[in-house]
Amino acid sequence: MEIQLNGKAFEADPDIRLSRLLESLKLDPQQIVVERNGSILTIDQFSATTLSHGDIVEIVQFVGGG
Amino acid sequence: MDELVIAGRSFRSRLMIGTGKFSSNQAMLSAMVASECEIVTVALRRVDINNPQDSMLDHIDRDKYLLLPNTSGARDAEEAVRLARLARAAGCEPWIKLEVTPDPYYLLPDPVETLKAAQILVKEGFIVLPYMPADPVLARHLEEAGTATVMPLGAPIGTNRGLRTRDHLAIIIEQAHIPVVVDAGLGAPSHAAEAMEMGADAVLVNTALADTPNPAAMAAAFAKGVEAGREAFLAGLGKQRQLAQASSPLTGFLRHEA
Repeated sequence: MEIQLNGKAFEADPDIRLSRLLESLKLDPQQIVVERNGSILTIDQFSATTLSHGDIVEIVQFVGGG
Repeated sequence: MDELVIAGRSFRSRLMIGTGKFSSNQAMLSAMVASECEIVTVALRRVDINNPQDSMLDHIDRDKYLLLPNTSGARDAEEAVRLARLARAAGCEPWIKLEVTPDPYYLLPDPVETLKAAQILVKEGFIVLPYMPADPVLARHLEEAGTATVMPLGAPIGTNRGLRTRDHLAIIIEQAHIPVVVDAGLGAPSHAAEAMEMGADAVLVNTALADTPNPAAMAAAFAKGVEAGREAFLAGLGKQRQLAQASSPLTGFLRHEA
């Protein structure tokens, strides 16, 4: 299935859990924030969240800035 | 130095540091240490999926520094509120440096959208420090909306041009009942000292440190500038006049008296 991940089309396994997706991307759940279809997900929701075709997912983190 | 109090929290340092554009994390950290700052700003951006980098959170001791996420990149109130909520979800305290800068050339803050976002964020329990044009009327509106500070610009972000907005900054400082933090455009310790001499409560600096060969040395210089300016303000500057006023006695000269 295809999702929109950080503004780009991304091929993901059907019904993949968010926690699994983060793992495959080698992202530390403690260091990021995830928004799915405009709603922020808290870290305790990651393993219970199953992604669907067409989901819009944003993964952000802190970077240097003024 | 006397303490700075923002939203009931005390700080010994009146110098805030932005963490952008440093050549390395080491350069950034050494500047933070040398500045003796207690508040550092960070930005929120998309993770590069193909090339994930360490988060800033790995490098900054959160017991020592208050992380102040900004909403940089927001072009309107809605985008700023979204970024603020994401920052809070990252486990930060609900402090937010509100920035709404739709204009890509001068990065000037949008007064209407900034006020709109501030009103929403204050209602949601954020401690809001808004970057703003040096407009005394807007400062009053933001204060009424419940922001913790106002952060008027000295000059556009990253320009190092100093207090180009000086006269309006003076009015903001005179009228504000919340801390005034001069943000953006300060390029030299003398600029920071000048802002503090005028009665600004704090300053925020990023480019002036990041864009120099030795950020730590410049950070130490800024810390001295801020301290000197604050002490001068507390001591009370002498009055300016047009005509000379002799410092030495005007009697007892070695000449014939008339």
